[in-house]
Amino acid sequence: MNSTNDEKVNLTAEYHSYMTDAITHSVMLDRDKCKGCTNCIKHCPTEAIRVRDGHARIENKRCIDCGECIRACQYKAKKAIYDRFEDFADYKYKIALPAPSLYGQFEEVNDLDAMLSALVELGFDDVFEVARAAEMVSEYTRKYLERNDSLPSPVISSACPVIVRLISIRYPLLLDNILPVMPPIEVAARVARKEALEKHPELSDEDICVLFISPCPAKASYVKNPLGVKKSAVSGVLSIGEMFFKMRAAMKTMREEKVQAQSGIIGISWAGTSGEASALFNEKYLAADGIENVIKVLDEIDNGNIRNLDFVELNACNGGCVGGVLNVENPYIAKARLQTLRRYLPVSLNRMGDQRLDSYEWDSLPEPEPVSKLSDDRHEAMRMMREIVAITHTLPGIDCGSCGAPTCRALAEDIVKGRAVADDCVFMMRDKLLKQCASLTQTEEKGETT
Amino acid sequence: MLAACFTKTDCPEVVCSMADFVRLEYDIDGENFTSAGEASVKVKRSLRQMGFDPETIRKVSVSMYEGEINMVIHADGGKATVDIYDDRIVIVLADRGPGIPDIDLAMQAGYSTAPDNIRSLGFGAGMGLPNMAKYTDEMKIESEVGVGTTVTMVVKV
Ligand SMILES: Nc1ncnc2c1ncn2[C@@H]1O[C@H](COP(=O)(O)OP(=O)(O)OP(=O)(O)O)[C@@H](O)[C@H]1O
Ligand code: SF4
Ligand SMILES: [Mg+2]
Repeated sequence: MNSTNDEKVNLTAEYHSYMTDAITHSVMLDRDKCKGCTNCIKHCPTEAIRVRDGHARIENKRCIDCGECIRACQYKAKKAIYDRFEDFADYKYKIALPAPSLYGQFEEVNDLDAMLSALVELGFDDVFEVARAAEMVSEYTRKYLERNDSLPSPVISSACPVIVRLISIRYPLLLDNILPVMPPIEVAARVARKEALEKHPELSDEDICVLFISPCPAKASYVKNPLGVKKSAVSGVLSIGEMFFKMRAAMKTMREEKVQAQSGIIGISWAGTSGEASALFNEKYLAADGIENVIKVLDEIDNGNIRNLDFVELNACNGGCVGGVLNVENPYIAKARLQTLRRYLPVSLNRMGDQRLDSYEWDSLPEPEPVSKLSDDRHEAMRMMREIVAITHTLPGIDCGSCGAPTCRALAEDIVKGRAVADDCVFMMRDKLLKQCASLTQTEEKGETT
Repeated sequence: MLAACFTKTDCPEVVCSMADFVRLEYDIDGENFTSAGEASVKVKRSLRQMGFDPETIRKVSVSMYEGEINMVIHADGGKATVDIYDDRIVIVLADRGPGIPDIDLAMQAGYSTAPDNIRSLGFGAGMGLPNMAKYTDEMKIESEVGVGTTVTMVVKV
């Protein structure tokens, strides 16, 4: 059913570790390839990874599918799980939803029509550009910012699922700030289904499959665990990396261009940082990219230190969606190509029109998920915290990572939670051994003298 | 009161069982302006782990952040001690800086002696102390010119 970047994954591999709960992630570990090197643990922004017994483990409820560990692993032991086109052969009507970042992958492309037509050549019945939905979301956002003076400020983009999940686990007070409209991928899927049913009255909704061609694993997780909506209208998520090669081959043999691109500068610009924000025609915005930067910005907003901003666009990946791990091209090169591509395009080709975007507002706000909470009982949590602080002070404090935890503090937390022991620390172990040696030699010496 | 003391230098062996509160301590480095504000981020994280409500956490982290920045800008750093009880959080910020000659004046919104190079970073609006008073349930400033300043703040849960 599933495949990965370079090969089929051994699905007996440990699928997201010891915390089994409702969330199904797209980022997972290929246990056979993991060498237990501890390289990844320091790159995870939520401290979700531990190396234990020579292998990495990802704590399910902490993982936000940012893909940082995939970037960090030199053994390619971290994988993104996504769907394969072949698995949807049974559907009568297949719609491709290409992400705007896909457009920046092709060196030879100066014609969007050819690129989109390749998708039909590969077996899709129709193509709906996510860039079109992005233009609608931009229009919605402009109106939303105008109509509401009493909004929690600043309004934070809802487009990147990593950010929405990060906010739900770490910044519960900022959940109200998130733009309450579905992300372009979801709007695209819903409008595409509607248009298909109008064009082909003989079809029913179950006959249609909508497949997003994605730059990142987080979108695959989003579809399985939607945020703000009960069920996603997207049926599956394919990887840009895999589709890229198929599309390029199809473009060479293709005789006829069957699809016309329908997005403007605004929609295509969503592929890179500040594309979304600049489409608001309001200079009171901030656009940050890269997960570390994003966390800094969220900390500042959470502390009330960022004032006089109307809108904040946050992208987990460097450079925005063109920086997603499933892309083939360097993000900056892709972005430069997009600049050429969008050159003679109209500013925007998609208005809300009769697509009333109110019907694309979220069903409900994403729930806060305080994953770092030590215990539901305050006194127990405080007792644990006292122990954590005490143990942290006995550890060397150099955050070397040899124990398999990203920091000494994280090891202390694991010890208190019963998931590790002090001897996991190589320095504690060494001290203990040295003491044992010393007492041994002492007893030996005593033995010799008597 | 000194049932829990977690400073490395003072007493590495800690008696945790007697304490009914959690003490977090931080040295605020006055030399290193770029790290100003880090202690309040750490406090925030610990409070979250203990399950305090987001509103309380925000009050503590905002007021502590302002006090921490003041210690760095106006007093070459100092020491922050945060005692966490289940019904209140007590923040004590103590420095050996120049002291505040007129506390009432310093408390006025808009009053600031921050130097220009700091103002260009967005500090120096003279809003720190008023914000600290606003976000906490109790606040006390003890200061002696040439000796130092101690700010004690209490946030009730
Ligand atoms: N710890 C301290 N030691 C010495 N002087 C202080 C201390 N804290 C505050 N002050 C004095 O009180 C004044 C007002 O402080 P307050 O925090 O309200 O404003 P600010 O720090 O100047 O600007 P802002 O906090 O808005 O960036 C300061 O300018 C400074 O003169
Ligand atoms: S995908 Fe991101 S959050 Fe999840 S384990 Fe990897 S680095 Fe951590
Ligand atoms: Mg101040």
